[in-house]
Amino acid sequence: MADSAALYLPTDWRDFLSLTKPRVMSLVIFTGLCGLLAAPGDIHPVIGFTAVLCIALGAGGAAALNQWWEADLDAGMKRTAGRPIPAGRLRGIDARDFGLVLSGASVMVMGVAVNWLAAAILAVSIVYYAVIYTIWLKPRTPQNIVIGGGAGAFPPMIGWVAVTGDVTLMPVLLFAIIFFWTPPHFWALALFVQTDYAKVGIPMMPVVKGEASTRRQILGYSLVLLPIAAAPWFIGETGAIYGGAAVLLSLTFLFLAAPVALRRAGPGDPMKPEKRLFGFSILYLFALFAGLVADRAYYGQGAFA
Amino acid sequence: MTPEEEIEFKRRRKGRNTALALVLLFFVILFYAITFVQFGK
Repeated sequence: MADSAALYLPTDWRDFLSLTKPRVMSLVIFTGLCGLLAAPGDIHPVIGFTAVLCIALGAGGAAALNQWWEADLDAGMKRTAGRPIPAGRLRGIDARDFGLVLSGASVMVMGVAVNWLAAAILAVSIVYYAVIYTIWLKPRTPQNIVIGGGAGAFPPMIGWVAVTGDVTLMPVLLFAIIFFWTPPHFWALALFVQTDYAKVGIPMMPVVKGEASTRRQILGYSLVLLPIAAAPWFIGETGAIYGGAAVLLSLTFLFLAAPVALRRAGPGDPMKPEKRLFGFSILYLFALFAGLVADRAYYGQGAFA
Repeated sequence: MTPEEEIEFKRRRKGRNTALALVLLFFVILFYAITFVQFGK
């Protein structure tokens, strides 16, 4: 057993930190914070900070559990083979315990310090990502990204509920925006990055249904995204700042998705339209949620009212 | 354990201890602040 130094050397703390996927967490923190700032009503800054911290800790815990479960798959893929568990720098059970402690602590602190509805939704989002997505559906269906998108869609909803204490149409719409944004965002990436998902038996859409179908579905989701993103404006929950931003950003998204959907790439293709769509999709989400907060602040609603 | 490994062992253990101490200190301050806010309600 003790043939490798990693087995008896204590794990470096940075490896525990990287288990939480800090880069993914930045988007989680941003959208969670935006949901919190856009929600009607006021929240004490300390409680608001605690709520966003709990969202981040929960996401980190779920990410650690995901890597504990998928260590053998990660070992088989070039992109992920260097992660702490497959690289032998961290024991799987340590990752599992770390994930469980982070998840449990995030839910309990959210419940005690903020409110129990936000804590319950946080708990659901962790179970959704770590169990329903990672363990159950990711290895079984090419719709895994659509389902996984649901996990990433929870943070703004939790941020909103942390302030209001109840679920209304707006937090559900914020959830829907990220839910419908995720498939075109991820599949654009999947088209131009050669991944080894097929090698480890994960049924990603471009591999299972082919490139043509994936490209059509990117356009389909982009079409649905436009009315969903603009819905908060249509129902009168936001003003023209958000409405204008949502329509403009979603039309640009559609404009960039159309060439991706209508073309076929041969071998050696530089994949420029796909890379453009992927790059813009990240900007899209940041700009849309920033627009939401700016709109609520300008019209005297939300945390800045 | 070779002397090099022992140095590395101590370096990592110290790093972990420091990281954990800072995390605990952070939560002590956070809970202190939360308590005051909740009492103020």
